[in-house]
Parts: sequence; structure tokens; C-alpha cells
Amino acid sequence: MAKKIKTLRFDTDWQYDPAPESASAAKINAQYDLFIDGRWQKPQSGKYFETINPANEKTLSRVAGSNEKDVDRAVRSARQAYEKVWKKMAPAERGKYIFRIARMMQEKARELAVIETLEGGKPIRESRDFDVPTAAQHFFYYAGWADKLDYAFPNKKVAPLGVAAQIIPWNFPLLMAAWKIAPALATGNTVVLKPAETTSLTALKLAEIIQEADLPHGVVNIITGAGKTGVAMVNHPDVNKIAFTGSTEVGKIIQHSIAGTNKRSTLELGGKAANIVFEDAAIDQAVEGVVNGVYFNQGHVCCAGSRLYLQESIAKEFIQKLKDRVATLIVGDPMDKNTDIGAINSKNQLDTILKYIQIGKKEGSAIYQPACSLPKKGFWCPPTLFTDVAQSNRIVQEEIFGPVLAILTFRTDNEVIEKANNTPYGLSAGVWTDKGSRIFNMTRRLRAGVVWANTFNKFDAASPFGGYKESGFGREGGLHGLTPYLEII
Amino acid sequence: MKRSSPAQILPDFRRTRVVDQTGIEERAARFTKRSIKQSSKRQALDQVLSMIDLTTLEGKDTDQKVRHLCYKARHLHDELCNIPTVAAVCVYPNFVRVAKKALEGSSVKVASVATAFPSGQSTRAIKLADTRFAVSEGADEVDMVISRGKFHAGEYNFVFDEIAAIKEACGKARLKVILETGELGSFDKVRRASEIAMYAGADFIKTSTGKIQPAATMPVTLVMLEAIRDFYYKTGKQVGMKPAGGISKSKLALHYLVMLRETLGQDWMSNEWFRFGASSLANDVLMQIRKERTGQYQSAAYFSVD
Repeated sequence: MAKKIKTLRFDTDWQYDPAPESASAAKINAQYDLFIDGRWQKPQSGKYFETINPANEKTLSRVAGSNEKDVDRAVRSARQAYEKVWKKMAPAERGKYIFRIARMMQEKARELAVIETLEGGKPIRESRDFDVPTAAQHFFYYAGWADKLDYAFPNKKVAPLGVAAQIIPWNFPLLMAAWKIAPALATGNTVVLKPAETTSLTALKLAEIIQEADLPHGVVNIITGAGKTGVAMVNHPDVNKIAFTGSTEVGKIIQHSIAGTNKRSTLELGGKAANIVFEDAAIDQAVEGVVNGVYFNQGHVCCAGSRLYLQESIAKEFIQKLKDRVATLIVGDPMDKNTDIGAINSKNQLDTILKYIQIGKKEGSAIYQPACSLPKKGFWCPPTLFTDVAQSNRIVQEEIFGPVLAILTFRTDNEVIEKANNTPYGLSAGVWTDKGSRIFNMTRRLRAGVVWANTFNKFDAASPFGGYKESGFGREGGLHGLTPYLEII
Repeated sequence: MKRSSPAQILPDFRRTRVVDQTGIEERAARFTKRSIKQSSKRQALDQVLSMIDLTTLEGKDTDQKVRHLCYKARHLHDELCNIPTVAAVCVYPNFVRVAKKALEGSSVKVASVATAFPSGQSTRAIKLADTRFAVSEGADEVDMVISRGKFHAGEYNFVFDEIAAIKEACGKARLKVILETGELGSFDKVRRASEIAMYAGADFIKTSTGKIQPAATMPVTLVMLEAIRDFYYKTGKQVGMKPAGGISKSKLALHYLVMLRETLGQDWMSNEWFRFGASSLANDVLMQIRKERTGQYQSAAYFSVD
């Protein structure tokens, strides 16, 4: 037998030619106003800001900035629609509207996917196969609940809360809009929603769909702007409910702001998920799960499996396999159907990620990045993994929100549970083992809102999602996702 | 006495690595998302054609039928210039001599099934005689079947020894070991059978005889490719892969090629290390090649059916 162990070569003679999706599949206006009271209205701020394609830094459109007056107008519109129309409407009728929105999203799936990719930087394969279908599924799911709330909460009386102010992040713009709007409407609330300032366009497209669906005016209002707009929404006295997905830092500010008011809130914040691989796991499938767990959507995922815990006996082999797999990832043009890792969403976020990569190097960890040529324009970061990492390293403790994986090792079940729970966050975790009893033991003891077993980053509208500790509170999705929008007596 | 190197220490085949069904199916499906266009498609189609083992394994095979197939192997579609030939013609042992003669002077190899193909239900002596006969008739490659009954009964040493004995009987001929994955029942067992075959000396591992459904699927092929990869890392020895049965369309063949490229990489991207066992795939590939060259599809009636 040959003695010299060679390595696998993935720089093959056979390469894939570019297979770009057509940008012309999407219609993007040069400028967008605010969607308030069922109409497009000029912002009273008089201001517009540019939104760009992070893959080439070209301007895509100009979007209105909302000030306090705009927020007030949107909230008043939502209040009026709530009192006069939406709360009085028969639940089955509300359900019809939500079903209609879901169907129209499916009809416009290609356009929505293209815009999501152009503005967000995520690979078209993900927008097409994950973001848009999952968002539509969420509307379908909650449409079904609209006239069945009595069955959801037997022997109780339920009532809507009123006006919900919803603030969503830039990592899954359309999907997060769906997560927020669908349960709010199904439970009889009206909505003022603000997308993140770098990713407004699919929310505005959704506003067009809502307009076309003939939803009663003011039931959903979509306003754009930066952090200050969000502050005005949170502080508006006529808002009954705050739903926020974003950073833990902002989540804490929101909690301060609404202390002493009777506003309800759900916060879905940061994470630093542990992905734990035991020596008896199906190793190749675990490698795949780890890759999807941390590099999905460039790592811009609050539940990303960014801390990998490997049982020591398999660590060396696992890391070798992980490097092989990462070497086959295609980084580049998000519009190319073969791209696995697209552009980082913004310059700001890229700076954060690069800062943490520097910190990782300074802390003495070994870095691995595959050789790949990155485009000159735009914001890019190759998939990165760090080995020789310890629990006390900052890249293990702090959320990076990028394609950066920190790899640690462990010896026993108890040790890894202690280490996995040793974080201020508690959003998600992953366990990879062939042993059923170990899965139950781990899932019971891991303090995380979602624990995946032998898979990762799986989402379904019927399944609740949310965190422990500084990852926030309240659940979205499933039956659980109804309660934060209801008074239950 | 020569001390054995670590590579020669055999693993415990009762404890081979497990495979997660959901995970392997998802990974296999992911390869089908690659979009193969333009020159990468033309290059891949040529490659697929060169990897085909053109096969006839029927009770009604005759010398004439085998000669016709060999003629097809040498003249796939003479209207098209600069296309590769297939890798081999695969026949029963009693047709090896006919095939060998018909392919004389070409680069197309003759592969013969052996070992009481397809069931493998016979004695060691008969299987060895079957193999020696095929090789003496001039077979360049031998496609054997494993004893699935013994494998299910947990008699891994029996299965291992049988493969090792057949390998020895093959001499210079390359040995392809057919696991008949459609009879194994789980991915874990496919993985186990792959390891037994490779450690026993297989030059290739092959999914199926083509006589049992399901034959080759992408997930089952991926399990075997991953076993090949692990074996390579452990021993440094390269083993080939042959999915057989059920691959009749170019598009599916391109998905397999993507899977091969992203699992084992450059060193396996030739017909020395990867084959498609198929009879009707060649014509579909030819049809696609012609379409890529001329921009138009030609009807199936223009492609010979031998």
C-alpha cells in the first residue's frame, strides 16, 4: 500500500461557468415613499437615503427616511384601522386576506428573491430556496390560525392587543417581515413595520403586494429609516406592542425605554450557538451541518452555530474534513446560481467581522481561509475557521455575525454542556450523535431556545423560535407565536 | 518477519462509521442545485461519455448482439467529430473473447461480470473458476458481486476473504466490487460493505448489478464516495467508483459529476477512477453534445440503438 498520504485537490480542471440569475426579473423603482394608510406618502422629513447592492456598491434605489411625525402618522393610521375595521372583522375574513398575501408572494417569488439578493448580498440560491418560500409559508401557516384561536386557547378568551410596532433586521429582510406581520394580523392586530436601513426593498415590495391584495387601509404600514425611526416607534405612546429582532445592545435600550409603560414586547436578539459533535456522530453529515450552520447567509444569522465543540478523539479528522468542504464553497457574485457565500451586507458589518478576525489572530488562534479570489468592489469575507481556540477567547464569547467559526474541543458530556451554556446568549444549539439517549440528555440541559439534533438551521412556520438569557424572550412561529399578540383571559 | 504498517491493520467491520440518512440525502440533493452551463457543460458531457461502461447483461445475449454493442462502442455517432469513446464494454464471461476481438486496436476495455452474477449464490470454487475464465478470455476488468446473504448474516470475514480471493484470481485485471446496494437496506450497511470491499483489495466499488431496484442513487453513491475518501486518507490508496443502473439522462449524469468533483476532487475526474454503468445514457449524452454544438436537438431516431 502507498505510504504517502496525499490530500484531495479541489482546484479541478473542470470549473463551473457563471450562471447568473437575471436582475431584470425584478422591478425596482428609483425612489420609494412611505406606505401609510394604504397609500404611498411622501415623508414629512423630506429626506431620502440611498440603498446599495453590497456586491458592487452600486445604488439600487432611494428610500424615504421617517422622522417622528412620519411615525406618528403611521401609528395613527394603524390605530384607526384597528378600531374601525380590523378588530371588528370576522376572523375568517382576516384569514382570507392573509392567504391572499401568501399566494401573491408565491406568484412574485422570483422577483422577491432577486431583490433580496441584490440588496442583501445573500446567494440567489438561498433567497430562492429558503427566504422567499419560508416567508410565504409563514403567511400560509398563520392565515390558518386566524379563525381558530378559540381552539388554540381552549377555555380561554382571547383578544388582540392593538397596534404593534415591529422592527426587523437586515439578515433576512423579507422572512423577518413575514415572521412579524403574519401572526400580528392573524390575531387581529394592526402593524407599523420598519425594515433595517440597508435592506428596505423587499419590505416595500411586500407593501406593494399588500396594496394589491386590497388589505384594508392602515392595517399594515411600512415605513423606512434608520435607528432614530425605530426609537420613535418604540416611544410612541399609542403603541401596544413592540416586536424587535436585532442586536442585544438595542434590545436592552428598548427594555429601558418601555419600562413603566404597559407596552408588551418580544425581543429576538443575538446568539453564539454551540454546535456539538460527539465521536459517534455521522461525521460527514456533521461536517455538512457545521458548514451550513455557520456559513449560511454569510454567517449573518442570530442562531448561527459559531462555536464548534468537537470531541477530542475526532477533532483532527473532523477539522481536515471541514477544510476540504470549505475549499469547495464558491464565494462571489450573489446572483450566480452556483454561489454558496455571497457579499457581506454592509461596510459596517464587514469592519466588525474583520476586527474580530484580527482579534482571533492576536489571541494566538490558528486561522484557515480557503484560497479564493474575491471581487474588487463590494464587501467580502471568505469562510474562516479558527482552531486552537479556548473558552476564554473573545471570538468564542462575542457574537461576530459573519462567516467565522471558532473550533474548541471537549472530552465528556458534562464538560461540553458546561462550556456550551457558558455564554450570555441562549438562542440555539446543535447536537450531533448517533445515540438517542444522549440527544435527550443534551437537549434537556442545554439552555437554548432551539436545539437541533443531527441537523442545523432548520426552520418551519409551525415550530417556535426564540431565546433564553440575553438572546431575548417571547417566541415566534407555531402556536407559541400567537401568544405575544394576544390578551389571554 | 515483516512488521505490518498501520495501514495494513484491518478495522473492526462491526464498528464502521454510521451515516445519517436525512443528512446524506440533503447533501446529495444540494449537488443538483449546481447550474452547469456553456463550456463547462460541453466539457462535462465529453467527460461523461468517456466514463461510460456500455453494458449488455441479458439472458438473451448472443455473439452477434455483443459484436453490435462493440461496434457501437467504437463508433458512437460518427457524424460528430472529436468525441471520446466510452470506457469499456461490459458483458458476461462467455462473451469476453467476442468482445475482445471486436474491440481490438481500440482503447475501449472489456469488462466482465463474474462470481455467479447477479445473485452471487454459488460456491467459492465456482466463483473463482468464473473469474479465472473471464480473465483468461482477456477481460481487462472484472465486476464481481459480494455475498449479500453472508453479509446480512454478519459473516464479514467470509465476505472479505471472498473478495480477497477473487482479487488474487484477477491477476492484472482491475476488480470492481458490486455491493448491490438495493439489497443492503440501509446507508450504514452500504458504508460497511464499502469498507470491507476496499480493505479486501477492490480497485473499484460499484453500486448495483442493474437487476435489482433501486439501483444507483445519488445518496447511495455519496455514501460510497465518502467511504472512498476516508479510505484514501487512512491508507493513501485510491479506489474508483462506479454507480450502475438507473442513470439514463445526461442531466443526472452531470449531477453525479458535480458530486464527484466536490467530494473527491481532481484526482478522480477520469475514467480511470469513475465509471457510469449504463446502457441508454450514451445516446442521451450524444444527443446533448449535438445540441450544444449545433444549437438544435435531433430526434432520437438519428442515434443508433445498439
